[in-house]
Amino acid sequence: MQHAVRLDNVDISFGAAGKTVFRAVAGASLSVEKGEFVAIVGPTGSGKSTLLNAAAGLLKPSAGTVEIQGQPLEGLNKRAGYLFQADALMPWKTSRDNVAIALEISGTPRREALERAEDWLEKVGLKGFGHRYPHMLSGGQRKRVAMAQVLIRDPEILLMDEPFGPLDAQTRLIMGDLLLDLWQQDRKAVMFVTHDLEEAIALADRVVIMSTGPDAKLIGDFTIPLARPRDVSEIKLSPEFQELHRDIWHLLKEQVLKAYGNQNREERA
Amino acid sequence: MSRTVLTTLQVLVAVIAVALWWVITQTSILGDPARIQFFFSTPADVFWQIVAWFRSGEIWRHLWITLIEAALAFVIGAVAAMIAGFWLARRPKLAAVFDPYVKAANALPRVVLAPIFTLWFGLGIWSKVALGFTLVFFIVFFNVYQGVKEVNRTVLQNARMLGMTERQLLRHVYLPSALSWVFSSLHVSIGFAVVGAVVGEYLGSSAGLGYLIAQAEGMFDIAGVFAGMFVLSAFVLLIDWGVTMVERKLLVWQPDNNH
Repeated sequence: MQHAVRLDNVDISFGAAGKTVFRAVAGASLSVEKGEFVAIVGPTGSGKSTLLNAAAGLLKPSAGTVEIQGQPLEGLNKRAGYLFQADALMPWKTSRDNVAIALEISGTPRREALERAEDWLEKVGLKGFGHRYPHMLSGGQRKRVAMAQVLIRDPEILLMDEPFGPLDAQTRLIMGDLLLDLWQQDRKAVMFVTHDLEEAIALADRVVIMSTGPDAKLIGDFTIPLARPRDVSEIKLSPEFQELHRDIWHLLKEQVLKAYGNQNREERA
Repeated sequence: MSRTVLTTLQVLVAVIAVALWWVITQTSILGDPARIQFFFSTPADVFWQIVAWFRSGEIWRHLWITLIEAALAFVIGAVAAMIAGFWLARRPKLAAVFDPYVKAANALPRVVLAPIFTLWFGLGIWSKVALGFTLVFFIVFFNVYQGVKEVNRTVLQNARMLGMTERQLLRHVYLPSALSWVFSSLHVSIGFAVVGAVVGEYLGSSAGLGYLIAQAEGMFDIAGVFAGMFVLSAFVLLIDWGVTMVERKLLVWQPDNNH
């Protein structure tokens, strides 16, 4: 089977040449199969987003290779859609225009783009909100528009950087369900970064754990055999879920404590 | 405060100011009224001067000239500044080279340029347009520069990931971001365009509000000077109101322009 994304022995460093280099990620290897939903979990500052940005082509690894569907990645990853943690919509465009522009830039006539944008707004539950500007929407609604904007291009790979991080707990559950609903329809390859282990288990086929940075690497890889379709809020009550959670948390906890210790040391220094 | 109360209070301020002016120039509380009138004129004289200007229709020509000068200064200045601002903001090295010269040029009091412009462009409208241009240019330039530099990083990365080319980024991301900064400084830059026009006229011209005021001053016609100032204020207020209307239409997408 061909990999959708393959990161092989990837190092990612920051800092100008000659100065002290900060190596965020060291020797990380991860592959995501077609149709597979992989969640990357790690404590804050573990370089999860850095790794994701390498798969997106937003960052160039200092060593190792990034392959997208068997091809080495050059420049931005054009096959991927990226859902950001922060608000990424163009505030000067209405939600409908924000979604439609994703098609227009690749040459779809405006009329058709707008029609399909309306369809997508309906799919994410925002029928009738097309004329609102982002600031007139709630955080959850903006995230829905952003999802429509990314998915309307029908990317083969979805990269998500703590997309539901800024939302409140209830909205996160609802957004998780919406994401699974949409994903279920065509099963794209997904790399989903989060610090929330429960969210990761509820959504993903596989959960990988990253160690605390610097020199972060992948230290755990767990298959989540929970049946689909899943209900994100219900599934947390099932015994299988809790057992998985206990096992993975055992490994993650160590890293979280280590990250916490690092932070305290930095504050004292 | 309700709208009516506010308007009433605002009108009240004008009424009290005019009343005070009237009392001081008509009674002898502060000394000989004739002497005070020489320096401050009277509300009635100023009022009748304005009426006379509008009745004879003479004022329209001057208003028109000033308006044309200010409009030209604004449009040419804003367009030139947007091109320059964009260009430099996208080329940090070039911007660093030009930085001290831009700052020096901006620090120069523009009034000293008026005689040079008169020499270069003559006594007609273009010397006033040039003066207004130097004022408008820098305000818009700095705003565009800032607007392009401070494009939200996430919005930019998102647009890139959606597959925008450099040209599309310019059109859909950089330009709207820069324009929002330009619009937020619209009141200031248009105000300065008027200032440039009037100061230019005041220093040497044959028409316009600045000319009218300079003429009256030359003849110790204090009523004329005051009348000119009032017409000028009303003119600027009217333009400012127009700008507010345009702004409301164009910046609906901004959170604070939405009430």
